Amino acid sequence: MTIYRDRIEQKLSAALSPQTLVIEDESHLHAGHAGAHPDGGDETHFKVRIVSDVFEGENRVARQRRVYALLSDELNERVHALSLTTQTPAESKSGASP
Amino acid sequence: MTDNPAITQIKADVEANDVVLFMKGSPMFPQCGFSAAVVQILSQLEVKFKGVDVLADDTVRQGVKEFSNWPTVPQLYVKGEFVGGCDIVREMAESGELEDLFKDKEVATA
Repeated sequence: MTIYRDRIEQKLSAALSPQTLVIEDESHLHAGHAGAHPDGGDETHFKVRIVSDVFEGENRVARQRRVYALLSDELNERVHALSLTTQTPAESKSGASP
Repeated sequence: MTDNPAITQIKADVEANDVVLFMKGSPMFPQCGFSAAVVQILSQLEVKFKGVDVLADDTVRQGVKEFSNWPTVPQLYVKGEFVGGCDIVREMAESGELEDLFKDKEVATA
């Protein structure tokens, strides 16, 4: 199933015009634990790496709030956890974090 | 102001304790890998903190999301200020920023 992955990709692509967007479904790592979906399926835990100019001048909390706000429907409906890496193109090049 | 008692309690905890971690499970027995990771980081830095188990009270679980404008748990507060969730805490620990933050804010160590 990639319904949520596709939705996440579409929303983040549209809103952030990312230079890099990598979305990994890590739900299998959390199977059976409290946050896993009762149907036992996937798409509950995602790891997302985003490189975008939009993050310029924002601290980590502001960046992640921005991403969470874009994905609030997905978080409410099914997605239990997002592991986020949010960088500007310059930070991505230097390997630094904000 | 709020008339939600859960949020009043969250606010009181955050104001009364230098370091508060809203988490799933207790510091001794975390119920979630992300919460466990933050507990481990705080323990390594020998920081005294209050752990609030959001699984113990669903109104707190929902309330803290609203209070922080942050949809996931764990959530770390230092001297009343929201620091972030697991990813941010981990990044800050790796870069040394977290230790600096505790020093700057004169947080007591165990």
